[in-house]
Order: sequence, then structure tokens, then C-alpha cells
Amino acid sequence: MARVVVDVMLKPEILDPQGRAVQGALGRLGIEGVLDVRQGKQFVIELEGEVTAERREQLHALASELLCNPVIEDFILIVEGDE
Amino acid sequence: MRIGVVTFPGSLDDRDAARAVRLAGGEAVALWHGDADLRNVDAVVLPGGFSYGDYLRCGAISRFAPVMSEIVSAAGGGLPVLGICNGFQILCESHLLPGALTRNDHLHFICRDQRLRIEDTTSAWTADYAQGQEIVVPLKNGEGCFVADEHTLDALEGEGRVIARYVGVNPNGSRRDIAGIRNARGNVVGLMPHPEHAVEELTGPTTDGLGFFTSILHSVVNA
Repeated sequence: MARVVVDVMLKPEILDPQGRAVQGALGRLGIEGVLDVRQGKQFVIELEGEVTAERREQLHALASELLCNPVIEDFILIVEGDE
Repeated sequence: MRIGVVTFPGSLDDRDAARAVRLAGGEAVALWHGDADLRNVDAVVLPGGFSYGDYLRCGAISRFAPVMSEIVSAAGGGLPVLGICNGFQILCESHLLPGALTRNDHLHFICRDQRLRIEDTTSAWTADYAQGQEIVVPLKNGEGCFVADEHTLDALEGEGRVIARYVGVNPNGSRRDIAGIRNARGNVVGLMPHPEHAVEELTGPTTDGLGFFTSILHSVVNA
């Protein structure tokens, strides 16, 4: 079994009001020195067998066409076990 | 004149949209998300709601519904399509319109009667309005903040593709007060507020929304 993790984050120039709200809450908890908080999504995908080159291409297509909206978000795809 | 109204799992405003079509004098045709069949309609409305529970991103999963592949290819051939609220989100996710709709900048769901200014009357859905006409229709959204990069915003404005702007209050942080846009051809329009809820004095704040639905009947007749 292979495990693939896709992290999706809003692009830096896109306002993240949820992250800002979390940052505000940190301040109220007395945690100081927090410069910024950005909220994102993580997808953990489990696959049968090995991640072949063809599979990897399909996963990139899945990430860029479905998991992330390239207008507002970037993604990082990590196949566990990769160096 | 057959105007299709798509129902996705989680659509809310499909019945109101169909009612608005009938009040304008058209025949409303129910379209189902799971059927790759447009039933010979002359135009399509993608209604508001929370299709697929807004999971992943608003409109992201609806984009891959069988009916949407038909709509995307027919829109490329000139079929008029109006996306309202969740429908606007679906049009952006489907790349029929540029930009994206994100969480309201103040994080609250907002529901109010909203004043808009109609800025483009060349689209298939706004031809019955006067340039600069102000209308009041309901607005209700949590993720209505229209964003796009500066280059795209400049292009939309430069090409007259902003069809409506918020007046008085910007209710969700949308860039440049944009409430609705169209594609270059003018057959595809996305609008965050809800004209279909302002078509009768009994239930709406005004009847200002009816113009979107009469416009399309006239546009299709003249085409």
C-alpha cells in the first residue's frame, strides 16, 4: 500500500479570513509572538500497490483539477517514502 | 422558450428559479445533475444552494456532474447560462468564468436585501435593464467574496464584463465591488445575489430580479 499526502494552501496573496480569526483566538489564549496563521487542507490518499510514474501523473492531475483550485490555491504532493 | 434549471444534491433555489422563469413567460424544464441530457433547452440556470454540501470547495464537485459536461460544451457553442450564487461558484470552478468565490472577508453568512448597479446590458441575461440601473434583490451567501488576480480584474473591467456591482455596502469583500460577471461572448453570466427571489411583490423586496429572466427570453427569440 502507498500513502500520498496532498497539502492545499491559499496562495499568499489571497486573504485568509479563517486564518486571521484563528490568529485572533491565539492572542486571546495568551500565546504571544504569532506573526501569521494560514489555514489549509490536507488530503491523505491510500492506494493499492506502488506509485508508478503513470500513477504519479494521475495524482498530480487529481490535485490540480479537483483537490485545489489553481486560481486561489497552491498544492504540495508528497508520496510517503520519497526522499 | 425552454429554460432548464439544474438540480444538484443540495440545490435550494431551483424551484424559485423555475418559478421566475414561468413568471417571465418561459417554460421551466427540470434538469438533473446525474443526467448528461439538456432536454433541448434554449438556456440553462444553475441555481443557488449548497450543492454536494459545499464539500471540498463550493461548486468543486458539481463541476464533474454529468450534466455539467454537457453544459460546458454547449456554453462553448453559445448556449446562454446563468449561474446564481452557488451556480456562480460552479461556473468559476468549471472555468466558464474567471476568478473564484471565497469566504466572506468578515466570515459571517450574510442575508440582506442588496442594492446593485447593472453595468453591462449586452449580455444575454441583462439586456432588459438600462445601463447604470440600480436594483434591489436578496443576497445570501457565506462564500461570496469574488477574487481574481489584478490582470484578470483589469481585463474584466476593460472589456465591460462586470455586469453588476454592489452599491452602498460591499457585503462580502468582493474585489472592486463585483457582484456579477460575464464571459467574453456574453452568453455565460454569474451573479452572487439572487434575482429569482425578487420577482413578485408578495415574496420579494422588489420585482427587480425579473429582468434577468425576461432578458433571456428576448435574447433567445432574437438570436
